[in-house]
Amino acid sequence: MSGEILQADLRARLGTLELELSLKAGNGTTAIVGPSGAGKTSLLRIIAGLHRQAEGRISFGDHVFHDSAAGIFLKPEKRRIGYVFQEPRLFPHMSVARNLDYGARRRGIASAGARDEIITLLGLANLLERLPHKLSGGEAQRVAMGRTLLSSPRLLLMDEPMANLDLRRRREIMPFLEMLHQRLSLPILYVSHNLDEVIRLADNVLVIDRGRVFATGGTAQVLNRPDVQQLLAGTPGMDADLGTILDASISAHEPEKMITRLSLGGGLELRVPLRHEQPGTALRLRLHARDIAIATQTPHGLSIRNSLPGRIDRINVAPGGQRDVTIRLDGGGNIEITARVTQGAVDDLQLARGHAVWALVKSVALASD
Amino acid sequence: MEALSISLKVGLIGTALSLVPGIAIAWLIARRRFPGRMLLDGLVHLPLVLPPVVTGYLLLLLFGRAGYIGAFLHAQFGLTLAFNWKGAALVAAITGFPLLVRAVRLSIEAADEGLEAAARTLGASGFGAFVSVTLPLIMPGIIAGTLLAFARALGEFGATITFAANIPGETQTLPLLLYSVLQSPDSEALGLRIVVLSLVLAAGALFLSEWLSRVMQRRLRGAS
Repeated sequence: MSGEILQADLRARLGTLELELSLKAGNGTTAIVGPSGAGKTSLLRIIAGLHRQAEGRISFGDHVFHDSAAGIFLKPEKRRIGYVFQEPRLFPHMSVARNLDYGARRRGIASAGARDEIITLLGLANLLERLPHKLSGGEAQRVAMGRTLLSSPRLLLMDEPMANLDLRRRREIMPFLEMLHQRLSLPILYVSHNLDEVIRLADNVLVIDRGRVFATGGTAQVLNRPDVQQLLAGTPGMDADLGTILDASISAHEPEKMITRLSLGGGLELRVPLRHEQPGTALRLRLHARDIAIATQTPHGLSIRNSLPGRIDRINVAPGGQRDVTIRLDGGGNIEITARVTQGAVDDLQLARGHAVWALVKSVALASD
Repeated sequence: MEALSISLKVGLIGTALSLVPGIAIAWLIARRRFPGRMLLDGLVHLPLVLPPVVTGYLLLLLFGRAGYIGAFLHAQFGLTLAFNWKGAALVAAITGFPLLVRAVRLSIEAADEGLEAAARTLGASGFGAFVSVTLPLIMPGIIAGTLLAFARALGEFGATITFAANIPGETQTLPLLLYSVLQSPDSEALGLRIVVLSLVLAAGALFLSEWLSRVMQRRLRGAS
């Protein structure tokens, strides 16, 4: 499909919030995160053309959506932007099938083959004749996603599509989402409060705070930034222990030991319970700071299999008065891991900047579990 | 009975006339913010609070042969409204209008605007989104408002007699007939028959409205 790029330079007043930001997004998923009221949903609404009162310019490839200086405003129905809202917003008087075909009928683009494929992909075949109020929350949100995809969007906006679902429904939808994000070659902007979602789905992250861009870049790079972690830790619904995000790849399986070795780059390796993916597959790992311990000598006689040597780069105060010790690992990879320990441990071990230590990884959360 | 058929004709045509502008104005008031919105809202409600005779007299001033609009209509289309059944239908439309607009406006305000936004992102125009999504959802409100306006039109007396007069076979609706009948002595029996007829008609309209909106509600359950 297209390799077109969404570009927006915007200023808008929304109540007390002053939105002023620029963004660029190409193919792949860009997660938009930030404290509540930072302007995430407003940003999506302006891009979709649902909120008109904004100054600046929004373009996608050659198409100009909005240019306040030139007096251009393309109506939402002409933008071909798919929008998945927080609530499914299914049309209550139409069956699932008619909901699904609503966009395709108006745009007349989706082929029968594409329709069948999406229905299969989202597991909707048994729901087609039902009315929306007969669907569970997860089913309804899947129908909403299908309906959006069948309208042949050039660009996809998703505003916390799983926020109103319980954990079970989230788990039910997550694989579908992941599949979509991998298979669709179009730009996706994905607003989320859930860091696990972001880590699993996003290629890039845009952090917004009070209407401005706080940070932007690759997912691991942005989320490992201390200032970003501090900003997000204070956000309701966000995990207070963001931990360290690492991009790894499978280097080898050792079935006889029931382990898989993951390469972190820079010659560093982690051992995790046996995986099913092919060697070479990229995986994103999340190491919670509370799952990392620190040793000041070469550890032996330990049950923990993963110990990585490095030097202490900095010690910060973590929420709850504990200390986050960030260790820069040896090897050329410039990889940092943060461990959460008590002040007592810092004192007893006399931890300080520059000291050589070992990071003991108690467990590894794989972003695709 | 001639008066019954005139009542029904005037009421039905009057209500039908007010339907499309009623929905349009209800939408304007419910969804748009513009200067003069309050004024429009007040204007729509005027027939509800004005003494009917005043409404009739105002209509006479505007739509009478010598009135601004009346003279224009007569010159352009040869259409005369005062003192004939068309005038009575206009009165029916105008006096029922506030009730219709009120009911439709309330249901538009209750309808989820987010659904229309979703429809727009799926390729529907603003009008298309309203017709395909909101209109079916507010149908109970439209039906209720229409029947209420119709029932109000059936009972219209003051404005009709002022603007369209009380002409047997032309503008004499049931209430006007009852008024005439009660003027003459020894007509209680006929008067009573008209009263019963009016009661049946009004109760029928109310029942129909209730029943229809229930059926619609059942079809749309889970809608809100």
